Amino acid sequence: MTTYLLKRLAIGALTLVVASIVVFSVLEILPGDPARLMLGLNASEATVQVLREQMGLNQPILLRYLDWAGGLLTLDFGKSYTYSVPVIDLISERVVVSLPLAIMALLLSTAIAIPVGVFSAQRRGSTADTLSMGAAQIGVAIPNFWFALILIYIFAVWLRLVPAGGFPGWNAGLWPAFKALILPAVALALQQAAILARVTRSALLDVLGEDYIRTARAKGMPRNYVLWRHALRNAMIPLLTILGLQFAFLIAGTIIIENVFYLPGLGRLIFQAITQRDLIVVESVVMLLVATVIVVNFLVDLSYAIVDPRLRIRQ
Amino acid sequence: MSLLEIENLSLKIGETPILRDVDLSIDAGEVMGLVGESGSGKSMTALTVMQLLPNAARTEGRVSFDGIDILAATEDRMCALRGDDIGMVFQEPMTALNPVKTIGEQVAEGIRWHTGASRADAEERARQILDRVGLPEKKFPMSRYPHQLSGGQRQRVVIAIACALKPKLLIADEPTTALDVVLQAQILELLRDLVDENRMGLLLISHDLAVVTQMADRITILRHGEVMEAGETAQTLSKQAHPYTRQLALASTHVPERRVLAHPFAGDRASLLEVQNISRFYPGQRLSMFHKAEPFRAVDDVSFSIAPGQSTALVGRSGCGKSTLARMILALDRPSGGEIRFMGETLTGRDEAALKPARRNMQVVFQDPYGSFNPRHKVERLVAEPLHLLEKQPSPAERREVVASALHEVGLRAEDMDKYPHEFSGGQRQRLSIARAIITRPKLVVADEPVSALDVSIRAQILDLFADLNGRLGVAYLFITHDLTVARAITDDVMIMHEGKIVERGPTGEVLDHPQSEATKALVAAAPDLHRAIARRLQEQG
Repeated sequence: MTTYLLKRLAIGALTLVVASIVVFSVLEILPGDPARLMLGLNASEATVQVLREQMGLNQPILLRYLDWAGGLLTLDFGKSYTYSVPVIDLISERVVVSLPLAIMALLLSTAIAIPVGVFSAQRRGSTADTLSMGAAQIGVAIPNFWFALILIYIFAVWLRLVPAGGFPGWNAGLWPAFKALILPAVALALQQAAILARVTRSALLDVLGEDYIRTARAKGMPRNYVLWRHALRNAMIPLLTILGLQFAFLIAGTIIIENVFYLPGLGRLIFQAITQRDLIVVESVVMLLVATVIVVNFLVDLSYAIVDPRLRIRQ
Repeated sequence: MSLLEIENLSLKIGETPILRDVDLSIDAGEVMGLVGESGSGKSMTALTVMQLLPNAARTEGRVSFDGIDILAATEDRMCALRGDDIGMVFQEPMTALNPVKTIGEQVAEGIRWHTGASRADAEERARQILDRVGLPEKKFPMSRYPHQLSGGQRQRVVIAIACALKPKLLIADEPTTALDVVLQAQILELLRDLVDENRMGLLLISHDLAVVTQMADRITILRHGEVMEAGETAQTLSKQAHPYTRQLALASTHVPERRVLAHPFAGDRASLLEVQNISRFYPGQRLSMFHKAEPFRAVDDVSFSIAPGQSTALVGRSGCGKSTLARMILALDRPSGGEIRFMGETLTGRDEAALKPARRNMQVVFQDPYGSFNPRHKVERLVAEPLHLLEKQPSPAERREVVASALHEVGLRAEDMDKYPHEFSGGQRQRLSIARAIITRPKLVVADEPVSALDVSIRAQILDLFADLNGRLGVAYLFITHDLTVARAITDDVMIMHEGKIVERGPTGEVLDHPQSEATKALVAAAPDLHRAIARRLQEQG
């Protein structure tokens, strides 16, 4: 078990290093000089050179990588070119929007998907099954930004239940802040829930055909008890895999959704930073997202071992 | 009134009739053997009693258990009966237990559900029944997971689950088919004892006439969903009044006619296959950072040779290393040490290209006629597969001709080459595997339990086919089996394997009639034998 976890951790750390090299080099070879961009088109060559020196852009690439990577480890991400404030401040300001949004979306999608999947699997082949899986099929196909617009039109413009966009900040009180995140979370969750529901259904149907389900039924356990207590846990492995993969998509989805809802989150930060060629912000946020995905995958690996005792001894 | 009474039971799944007017009854303390070939409706009869039939099933007739009308009982009523008054044991112990729950949980679950006992009480009772079925606390704590147990041990857990609440009726659906003969004997004995202890009724379902004869007081023979004959075991099987009963009995003791090798150990003839001091070790599990357990010796210093045209059986219990040895002979696995020579050429350490001529002369037939074909390919392509080993590739027309003659050889028709594997029955599929194996005219065919998945009458036909090909084409066989009847029927020579070593070797009849080693004695004693079983039954009844 310890070996399994240590191995997973080592793989995670290695992925992080490789990702940092890739992120750093990709942004390095992109055209556009951040110093010139900051000073504007009319700046003299001499001023640009001074700023380049100041920003350390003239140093050898390896040194700059080590400097940057070392900074990441100590949470010193450097200073934003455009905002001239430490990147860490920018990030921490935005994380409090994006992280709750992602978690809400994830919880929401799981909370919708698993009951729907179970419901469908219980009634395999019935009209209810066909209808709910048809709905899921539509859910997979709808682009989230379009669904977001529909949500805004119904709940913000028409029913006036929630704001159409923007974020009042957590200081404005828990409820208003929460209210601002509901629609974006729903918009993000729909597609994920639809995929997850389909996976839940098929994973459950696979498991329900297994011999040990028949053994449990022969023990006198009612159908629903067997479904929830015997089948679901065995169906968790494929579900967890999909859940882990979905988290990465969820993060990518926030970039679009935060723009649709005008939310001051990480997604919008990275979007703005890219258009402004604020390389240091882009690098930092991307690395942060990579780290998040790696942590989530580690948690998924960990939960595999919790769900399935057979993985606990495998090296 | 009997404990279980089935009268005029008919069952349809969708439009397909499965059972027709089945009658069967079991008294308390009685063992009823239900015999039939696959698809005869044995399992469906059991599932009807359990009311665990597929959704599309429609039943007619009367099934009464302990005065309860099963066919009319509600699902709640059945849930209360299942696992409490009726227990059931299934065929495949490897998959019958939930892999994510401990064995203790799985046994205690039913006890808690039916008796409302506290967790501690239920676990205590689970402990007792696990002890009873031969899984003592010391070696098998309740915190074990199924994957930590062997097949025989898992079957004991399944029996513990079924018998935890001392059911009035136990249904055992092929409980020992997936186990080797020694384990089979142990499990049958356990079932017998449980029946005697609790005056339980036992419905024993099996395709193996010898097993049923050993165990059952009365017997019901089923074919195509209809009862052919029913009655006391000894009488029914000694009189064999019904032609189908006779056919079954004949098929299960069938010995194909075959030409006997003049000198099985002809020393002057060059050996076809020579195995010298072959070993295969698997590294031990790492116990800690610096310690590794001793390597597991799957095959340990084995030497033997096979002459051209000779048919040799490799017999042993499951896990004794038979299949590992076969894989090395087929050059599918690399030995840890030793040498294998085939037709004078060394196989060990050769690369794939150098093995081509050897592969052409050495083919294989596997156990499972369902799993060994790609379901999306037509027979022509499947059977022609080994032809790529030939030096000169045949033209498409030649290929069809070769496939047609191979199909003809195994008793199928040339037209069959345009069909898909699912259009064939199990026995026909095994014929296809054999056609595939002989298409390159090999000198040696390794057959890994080639008939153990087949029904007795089909098994008899396939054994005839093997014997016939041996005689006509002079193919040598290495027959891997745990079934001594098969070994006797088809081989000149037998090797008994035990824990990686060959412990005994000689002419088949001699070795099996006068076993010398402990391992052979155990196998022979455990092997069910129809004639002996009938004789014993008759004696018991006077």
